Amino acid sequence: MNAVVAELWPYLVLLLVGFLPNEIWRLLGLVLARGIDEESEIVVWSRAVATAILAGVIAKLILFSSGALASIPLPVRVGAAVCGFLAYLAMRRSVFAGVIVGEASLLLGGFLFTH
Amino acid sequence: MPQPDTFQSSGAAFFAGVKSALTSVFVLVLMGTYIGIGALAHDFGLASWWLALSSMLVWAAPAQVILISAIGAGAPLFEVALAVTLSAIRLFPMVVALLPLLRGKGTRLRDLLLPTHFTSVSMWVESLRLLPTIPPQWRIAFCNGLSVGYMGTAVVFGFVGYYLAAGLPPLLAGTLLFLTPMSFLISTARNAHMMVDRLALVLGLVLGPVLTAMQVQLDLLWTGVVGGTLAYAVHRLREAAA
Repeated sequence: MNAVVAELWPYLVLLLVGFLPNEIWRLLGLVLARGIDEESEIVVWSRAVATAILAGVIAKLILFSSGALASIPLPVRVGAAVCGFLAYLAMRRSVFAGVIVGEASLLLGGFLFTH
Repeated sequence: MPQPDTFQSSGAAFFAGVKSALTSVFVLVLMGTYIGIGALAHDFGLASWWLALSSMLVWAAPAQVILISAIGAGAPLFEVALAVTLSAIRLFPMVVALLPLLRGKGTRLRDLLLPTHFTSVSMWVESLRLLPTIPPQWRIAFCNGLSVGYMGTAVVFGFVGYYLAAGLPPLLAGTLLFLTPMSFLISTARNAHMMVDRLALVLGLVLGPVLTAMQVQLDLLWTGVVGGTLAYAVHRLREAAA
């Protein structure tokens, strides 16, 4: 691969595996006038598949962290995620409260374990 | 929130949309989300302009998180494309529900291209809430303004997260990186209204790391297909039993 291709490659990847597979569903919505029922079986199944994929990515980001997050010990990362989630449940399903408590737990735990 | 009933020009409608975006609660959510995604992109070695372009072109935070982490981890490209497309199916019914609000007499298809591209959760929720209060001839301009307000916020705070992650000490940079899994875990749980969605969330959380640890090929796709289908099967069995 020459230098120009190497430089443009990430942008080509962005178009081919990021933009196009995502945009196709928006364009289908524009072209197909008739809607589909939110509760139709195929929609329920595809939403479950999409949810599982995203959940898998979330768990991997917490358990197999890279870079700066990897410098914080695994038990602290998992513990902070659990604390954040419990706070979300306890505080009337507030996403904001959950994220703040999770982040604060990670910061505190990370500080204590690395000092 | 009071909305002017009518506008003097489509420019005025557009800027009312921008203003409406920047004063809504979604702007805070987008700031936090895209600071996290910016840190993630930095961590996986992607360029900041690549991230900005992905925010403008993909414009769907879950798809961007999947894209960045999968490309960064060196997953096969067709697997990344499949995972992204599966995460994007939800956009289809959203566009279908939005367009009737924008389509008026004499609306050309190309006028709907931008709102179609801009369709994402934040813009969609606010459009469905606000568009009915706006005269039909100004709706597309308002909707585009609203979307540009949200997208601009995402792009700017993507840069903020990216350069914060580059400059902060490891513990604080780690905290920024944690923003993505933490906020997506909670918002996915919050969006899971049906039992099948909650079960898919739990199964995905377990299967994702297990399949990765077992070094299964295409682990992301298997997590989705196996976890999602199992959750769906349980949902069908429960419905049949009820």
